[in-house]
Amino acid sequence: MLDVEGIRNDFPILARQVHGKPLVYLDSAATSQKPRQVLETLREYYEEYNSNVHRGIHALAEKATERYEAARERVARFIGAAGPQNIIFTRNTTEAINLVAYAWARPRLHEGDEILLTPMEHHSNLIPWQLVARSTGARLRYVQLTPDGRIDWTSFLALLGPKTRLVAVTHVSNVLGTINPVREMVAAAHRVGALVLVDGAQSVPHMPVDVRELDCDFLAFSGHKMLAPTGIGVLYGKEEVLEEMEPFLGGGEMIGEVTLESATWRELPWKFEAGTPNIAGAIALAAACDYLDALGREEVYRHGLELAEYALRRLQEIDGVTLYGPGPGVARGALVAFTMKGIHPHDISTILDQDGIAIRAGHHCAQPLHRWLNVPATARASFYIYNTCGDIDSLVQSLYRAREYFEYVLR
Amino acid sequence: MSLDDLYRELILDHYRNPRNFGRLPEANTSVHLKNPTCGDEIDLQLLVADGRIVRAAFSGQGCSISQASASMMTEAITGKSVEEARAILEDFERMMHGEAVLRDMGDLASLEGVARFPVRIKCALLAWEGLDKSLKQIVNPAGK
Repeated sequence: MLDVEGIRNDFPILARQVHGKPLVYLDSAATSQKPRQVLETLREYYEEYNSNVHRGIHALAEKATERYEAARERVARFIGAAGPQNIIFTRNTTEAINLVAYAWARPRLHEGDEILLTPMEHHSNLIPWQLVARSTGARLRYVQLTPDGRIDWTSFLALLGPKTRLVAVTHVSNVLGTINPVREMVAAAHRVGALVLVDGAQSVPHMPVDVRELDCDFLAFSGHKMLAPTGIGVLYGKEEVLEEMEPFLGGGEMIGEVTLESATWRELPWKFEAGTPNIAGAIALAAACDYLDALGREEVYRHGLELAEYALRRLQEIDGVTLYGPGPGVARGALVAFTMKGIHPHDISTILDQDGIAIRAGHHCAQPLHRWLNVPATARASFYIYNTCGDIDSLVQSLYRAREYFEYVLR
Repeated sequence: MSLDDLYRELILDHYRNPRNFGRLPEANTSVHLKNPTCGDEIDLQLLVADGRIVRAAFSGQGCSISQASASMMTEAITGKSVEEARAILEDFERMMHGEAVLRDMGDLASLEGVARFPVRIKCALLAWEGLDKSLKQIVNPAGK
């Protein structure tokens, strides 16, 4: 069990009010709040040893470099990577996926090759592949989903074949909450010689993720959804795959020797980090890893699952509410998407906001999935370590208020 | 700022029973609007003859504010000249910026409260963006 009251005290923002009501933050799938322990590392860096990495021959630069590289090792440990050479710092999940699209896929894929995706992908794990398909002639194939929003295994196996070069799949859907069987998917993909990229944006913050156990070739995730600041993300890649790839961005920091005509690249992982990186962000991400590991990743997952299950149960009690994704009793991510008959998700969100409750309304950067669900938009409540069942009670109470407002429409 | 400022009965009435909802086969302007951030959609069609909007119709899906605004707009511009419609459009935009408007806005006045909910202003303006495009089509049919 998490000590949620204790945790909440670490998050200064949770003490604030919104429209005169205590903030109930149910939008962590968009971005999480940040604890003091993480914020403190930012202050410390900028006030005490702000300096560029890898180049200065002075005390501050040495400390900044040491902390930045220690952060890389910390992140490697956090996801079970073999070492820091597997960890490339990016801005976010999107940039990490684009790195693979540009530096791995574009030079290798040709007409006749296939990229296997699911309809539940976030646009960030969809558009980069559409661009790859457009420039290489490779074809995008889509796995079918079961009615409750899980991958149809028969369809997956049927689509997987010698033409499949890459499977790009989200670990946890940011709308349905579905946890995909990534380990089994990787094993099946490897049997046909395809690589697998896992979008870990919604899994790494919420559950134990071990890249060597999954055996995935790439894993992308963002710091800002796991207590760290915006602007820092991670691409994990298998060493042999990263070694074969040309750089993504060119510039300072990533070079060995440069002449007017050509250059050699630094070794991994710096080959992929051109320019001054988000030093403070990386150091703060390491602090976020510390925070989550101290709570226990399994505990974090259980807490999120409990809240999601409680939310499913409470929301079901409300007339006219439709829930999406796997039902109660199925392992899922810490979020619940729903619609209410007669009340558009935006209107729900505005009414909830007046009660200090922050949820997300819209298509959550997953338009194809909403087309599949046959709704233009959904409302989504998402949970993290600082949320309580009381927060969900507030949500439900406020939804009843929304119904009152729209009574006229519903009559 | 309270919800009563936003969700006036009249708005919900237009949301529940949208006026001029449907397709207009004889229309001479037709535009499709989509707010990519939220997915609200509106199709707006006008039948214009001799510089006057004879009929206006819309269809679409979205929140109460976007759909009610579209419904009220079609009522407000029907029978108006292209110039008058443009003047109403400009007044409505002023209203959304929280400015006072001299014109009697009719049902549209019920949307005044939206100005105090900044994230919802673009919902209210979606249909009017469509009107702007439609009027430009009429003034400059070649689209030049």
